[in-house]
Amino acid sequence: MPTITVIEFNGQDHSIEVQSGRTLMENVLDSGVPGIDADCGGACACGTCHCFVAEDWKEVAGEADPMEESMLGMRPDRIETSRLSCQIQVSDDMDGMVVRLPEYQM
Amino acid sequence: MNMAQQLPDALTTPLDKIDVSDARLYEQDAWRPYFERLRKEDPVHYQADSQFGPFWSVTRFEDIVAVDSNHEVFSSEPTIVIGDLTEDLPVEMFIAMDPPKHDVQRRAVQPVVAPRNLADMEKLIRSRVIEILDNLPVGETFDWAERVSINLTTQMLATLFDFPFEQRQKLTYWSDMAADSPEISGGQGDPEERLNALHDCLETFTRLWHERAGKEGGFDLISLLQRDPNTADLVERPMEFLGNILLLIVGGNDTTRNSASGGVLALNQNPAEYEKLRANTALIPSMVSEIIRWQTPLAHMRRTATRDVEFKGKQIRKGDKVVMWYLSGNHDDTAIENANDFIIDRANPRHHVSFGFGVHRCMGNRLAEMQLRILWEEVMQRFSFVEVMAEPERVRSNFVRGYKTLPVRLHAL
Repeated sequence: MPTITVIEFNGQDHSIEVQSGRTLMENVLDSGVPGIDADCGGACACGTCHCFVAEDWKEVAGEADPMEESMLGMRPDRIETSRLSCQIQVSDDMDGMVVRLPEYQM
Repeated sequence: MNMAQQLPDALTTPLDKIDVSDARLYEQDAWRPYFERLRKEDPVHYQADSQFGPFWSVTRFEDIVAVDSNHEVFSSEPTIVIGDLTEDLPVEMFIAMDPPKHDVQRRAVQPVVAPRNLADMEKLIRSRVIEILDNLPVGETFDWAERVSINLTTQMLATLFDFPFEQRQKLTYWSDMAADSPEISGGQGDPEERLNALHDCLETFTRLWHERAGKEGGFDLISLLQRDPNTADLVERPMEFLGNILLLIVGGNDTTRNSASGGVLALNQNPAEYEKLRANTALIPSMVSEIIRWQTPLAHMRRTATRDVEFKGKQIRKGDKVVMWYLSGNHDDTAIENANDFIIDRANPRHHVSFGFGVHRCMGNRLAEMQLRILWEEVMQRFSFVEVMAEPERVRSNFVRGYKTLPVRLHAL
């Protein structure tokens, strides 16, 4: 099973086993690591599953489509490597990927 | 529907005559069976005839999310309520704008309610809640809506704007005036009084703006607007200036207020849930979300089709009004388990549509939740029972789901 490192805002890092074919959001929620709220349950409609993909994993994680981009644009803490984790389908080539979580979700 | 006293029968009225824009449905708390029928029989429903002209009603949770998320086809311009804009004062609010203009304005004000700012406000909010609660009479009936709900949210607003605290009741007044007019919601307001109130609001805030210009470091709304280059000159665009002020006053005012009242009512109507709460106050955060769902402080949000579009088998025409009934979506049991029940520890309590979805999703949502959480934390430390003593009087509006009065009696621990 692939493993992804999730780093909380306070610096605490977690190595979580992930299931390919499910979203990063679902995997983080299942792991119990705090910091993803996922109010809308994964519909790209609330922005509360915001995460930052590590720079060198940007390409593997992929780019936001226009709908995700319009939601990302409203995040006050949006940066270049921002993604909505509900829009990232986990795949085997994400083994070792690193993502950071924001200070807050809103 | 005609204007007779009796509401049409929910079960026997022909489908094409079910007009859920009728404000009496909400005043009388009679809306449930009408929406149930629409969700089952005609989830994207064309109402040809109404006080507000023809409109589509979208009543299922999933469909509401789809409309809310598609701002290109379903525009928020010119307005997000079911009625048409009155010509008297063409205020411009970003809730009624599409990207890109919407994004620019919202981004400028969002920081005022970002969780980091909220964390700074928590102590102040708690001290205010404590002051309000400690001054309530125990064992005698009083109006919770007035003494707690309105009081609390008005103080919160004054803080957000750094508005002169002793004049804060003006904020409530302007908010109520802004949201209530016959053309907009089917309410009973006086147009001239409304106009005067809004002019006064603009004048007052314009003066505040000038007083505050050039001062450093404020985290109130006016200071934030002044600091962001995109809105630094907002005072020179009065209709936009007034619009955004009103948006934040209205958005943060009767919504939270009515949830603060609604929570009390919900617990009284569901005594087993109140028992659950007494036994475990760690349930407060999830209860707060459930209250917001149950109350659905804004019954609808309206969009306008920017082109002809087929949606769930229906042909919507360019220019058609498309009304998302949040109130119905929140009671859709195909999307929410036991949707008609008030359950303070349900799984996924934030999975509701009261805040909307998409780019317009309520930016104050975490502030609202925080206020309600603090309120209930302090209530539970003081009172074993906030007992509702009589049926509340509800606001006649198809937009704001409100309580004019909520008579209660407090029981000490």
